[in-house]
Amino acid sequence: MELLKRNPAALFLKILILAGIFSAIQYMISFKILSTYYQMTLTTLCLNIILAVSLNLINGFTGQLSLGHAGFMSIGAYVSVVFTQNLDAPFLLALFMACLGAALAGLVIGIPTLRLRGDYLAIATLGFGEIIRIILYNIEAVGGAAGITGIPKLTTWPWLFGSVVLTILVINNLTNSSYGRAIVSIREDEVASELMGINIVNYKILAFIVGAMFAGLAGGLYAHFFYIIKPNTFGFMKSFDVLVMVVLGGLGSTSGAVIAAIFVTILSTVLQSFPELRMVLYAMVLIIVMIFRPQGLMGNKELSFKILRRKRGEAKK
Amino acid sequence: MKKSFKRKAISLLTTALLLGSLAGCGNGETSTEDGGTNTATSGETIKIGLNMELSGDTASYGSNARDGAMLAINELNAAGGVLGMQIEPIERDNKSDAAEAATLSAALIGEEIAVQVGPLTSGCVNASIPVLSEAGIPIVAPAATAANITVDPDTNEVRPYVFRVCFIDPFQGTLMAQFALDSGYTTAAIYKDTSSDYSQGLAESFKTTFEAGGGTIVAEEGFTSGDRDFRATLNKIKGTNPEFLYVPGYYQEVAPLIKQAREAGITIPMGGGDGWDSPDTLSVAGADALNNCFFTNHYSSEDADEKVVAFVTAYKAAYNDKTPDAFAALGYDAIMAVASAIESAGSADPQAITDALASLTDFEGVTGTMTMDEQHNPIKAGVIIEYVDGAQVMNTRIEP
Amino acid sequence: MLNFIQQLINGLSLGAIYALIALGYTMVYGIIKLINFAHGDIMMVGAYVGFFSITLLGTNVWVAMLFAMLTCAVLGIIIEKVAYKPLRNSTRIAALITAIGVSFFLEYIMVFLLGATQRVYPADAFPTQTYHFSGLLMTNKDIFVIASAVFLMIILQLFIKKTRTGKAMRAVSLDQDAASLMGINVNHIISVTFAIGSALAAAAGVMYGVFYGTINPLMGMVPGIKAFVAAVLGGIGIIPGAMAGGFLLGILETMVSGYGNSLFRDAAAYGVLILILLIKPTGLFGEKSGEKI
Repeated sequence: MELLKRNPAALFLKILILAGIFSAIQYMISFKILSTYYQMTLTTLCLNIILAVSLNLINGFTGQLSLGHAGFMSIGAYVSVVFTQNLDAPFLLALFMACLGAALAGLVIGIPTLRLRGDYLAIATLGFGEIIRIILYNIEAVGGAAGITGIPKLTTWPWLFGSVVLTILVINNLTNSSYGRAIVSIREDEVASELMGINIVNYKILAFIVGAMFAGLAGGLYAHFFYIIKPNTFGFMKSFDVLVMVVLGGLGSTSGAVIAAIFVTILSTVLQSFPELRMVLYAMVLIIVMIFRPQGLMGNKELSFKILRRKRGEAKK
Repeated sequence: MKKSFKRKAISLLTTALLLGSLAGCGNGETSTEDGGTNTATSGETIKIGLNMELSGDTASYGSNARDGAMLAINELNAAGGVLGMQIEPIERDNKSDAAEAATLSAALIGEEIAVQVGPLTSGCVNASIPVLSEAGIPIVAPAATAANITVDPDTNEVRPYVFRVCFIDPFQGTLMAQFALDSGYTTAAIYKDTSSDYSQGLAESFKTTFEAGGGTIVAEEGFTSGDRDFRATLNKIKGTNPEFLYVPGYYQEVAPLIKQAREAGITIPMGGGDGWDSPDTLSVAGADALNNCFFTNHYSSEDADEKVVAFVTAYKAAYNDKTPDAFAALGYDAIMAVASAIESAGSADPQAITDALASLTDFEGVTGTMTMDEQHNPIKAGVIIEYVDGAQVMNTRIEP
Repeated sequence: MLNFIQQLINGLSLGAIYALIALGYTMVYGIIKLINFAHGDIMMVGAYVGFFSITLLGTNVWVAMLFAMLTCAVLGIIIEKVAYKPLRNSTRIAALITAIGVSFFLEYIMVFLLGATQRVYPADAFPTQTYHFSGLLMTNKDIFVIASAVFLMIILQLFIKKTRTGKAMRAVSLDQDAASLMGINVNHIISVTFAIGSALAAAAGVMYGVFYGTINPLMGMVPGIKAFVAAVLGGIGIIPGAMAGGFLLGILETMVSGYGNSLFRDAAAYGVLILILLIKPTGLFGEKSGEKI
């Protein structure tokens, strides 16, 4: 609403661009211009954007290293499948429950660890991801190690597009609000922000829960596109992939995360034939980016109309 | 200064991104071009997609099966190809990830493959099936042993485009349980790999058959792949005094497990499945520990059968003296079965291959002679192999 | 009762390997306050160096272990100089991410160079002997790992408490700036710490190979995480704490599989981590210290 008051033209332009992208791709899907392969890559791309943007809220904006993003994703995936397959719930409700389940898990894991220094969170989330996997192996009702197959394919382009937009919108609004400024101040200096009267634990937990929630959403969408889920799918490797995107894009830049998610998805397709090299390359990217540009490539800069406008303004002068 | 650096970095990133997406597009274009030219000259090559686990946690299965498959392709091509056409393998890595496997299948369809061989694990195969079936491309799974691969579990209908060249989990479990019962054992313990659906499948069928035959399962324990220390659980199992210990798992875990079991004083016979088969089992566990151990298998690399000997010799020559495991043999057989289907169909059209695979009869593979049943599972012999002072000795051969 | 003691022995020898890895973890953390995620992978590299020393050079286990320790000490110093030193003054998260990068780099460069398949440690390098004491079973390998873990810990503790370098290490861990003002070469001390920590990991790697018979490029990951849990359990930064934590974790895992449900053994290890973070984040041996401002 505030945005509208500030600049209705920019908002209108944004909506127009989004609508354009949406209908262009919808058109290509409806008329089968986009092959199955590209549709699948597109889905992976959208899921990666959701994962990267949500992990960026935790790792980038709040400065807490979480290595359990895939764990939250698996909770979302399993919860949503239980709702659609076993309870015949509508997809929207299933996705909602996926978010809720992952957020609850975030709360459970966040409360003990976020009171402490950042390093513990890294290990605790890593351990948490493993616990989830071990528990899933041992639940017969969700297929054990074999997982669940034959999941109805409900994730379509409108769902994906809507979820990506929702994720970016929510996280953007959050980071631009007073909550967001509190969260960023925690990243910059915990002690100083505590002295300013910010309840750092609560803010950290809030960011963590929101991040986990969207990972759950990605999990729900994943499950209903790829037909099968099993505990192994959501291993540490998946969390690592997302971390690479966040680091590459810039710790604390939502648009950076989006760009990096797109870039990494394409890169990973190109490097298909060199699997070992791909992982070596990812690892080197992490080390090199951290050494030479610890804030990530984009830093905390956002790619927005403002930059463009400012440029135009400068030119006019 | 700083600002300009940042701006530079942004523009650099944007350029990189643009280049990346261009490369991506370029890739897409060339591949379709490839496809285009190939349809025109499709008389020359037969494209087989190899969708394998080459990285990730099951990378060793995928790379061995790939090696076996490539050996088969090289042999076929050296002998003049199939129907006079050379086979062109298109090798892709699915990173042991189900979604990746599905995406790759879609990509392979775009490259106009005639048939897909792989993936190895049941999960990745399951994920690939919907895409391939929709496009009418047959898939031959070398080692996906889960019961529900070729038959849709919801409708109980046979999936028309899905085949495999290995026997299924229930078969192996049943075989070993029957063997244990026939040997006069009435109590057994199960120690399975809970992180593997293969191991769980075997354990379940063993349990069902063993209990149905009047036996009792006195303990059921689990480990996860990657574990190396089993002593605590083995001690617990020892306390329950079983007469037989069933350990369906892969050699990476089973070999140290057997060794530790013997060290802990467990002297009872132990049994397992095809996952045991590897030269590593002997070198890790040792000949003494392996006495009184039995496992069901598709084939034995020690088999004196001339087909097996020829395969093992060729494989060792091609791959640095590495002994082929069951994955390598099944990868080899999958390609050979496809080749045989193409020859009998007289065409490399996907539908023709599918029909020929469905009626595959008496195909002589390294892992045995097989005939496809109406559920697209091969009817083939299973063997129970016993370790005697370090040597694999065929104990029983169970003809279908 | 007999069974219980047997399980205790099993737990101790499992714990000894955790303890050895945890020692290096805790030293590095004590000095530069960084979780060195690559520590478990240094253990893996050590196991491979030992493997090639035995199979290619034909050395015995002891020489192989020495080789592995030397190689990994150098590797540790290089990793610190290349990857961690430039980040000493940047944010924590940057250092952690780099550590993860190094870990994956070591794992996949090995997969790339040597393949993902496992290698079998030559069994005759360390022939197993089994001893029976009134119904209890123990192998020479159990004695070997437990004894060398305790031995190395004592040496380490003496080194830190009695030598000048050790004293300097303690000073650096308390306050880097003050230490450098007192004329201590901080860079040198950090290098020494990495060298020692990595050498211990290498020793653990060779023991792992000897004990369990096989090694592979990804073998360092899980023991690395478990060792970190052990270090936290004992109080991170405290040498005897790491040792105690390692043994405790080993015994806990053994008892969970032996008397509880083997399916939840790993979950128990991580559960303990979360529990200890909830109840006593400084670990069993740790003392509460305020954050320096």
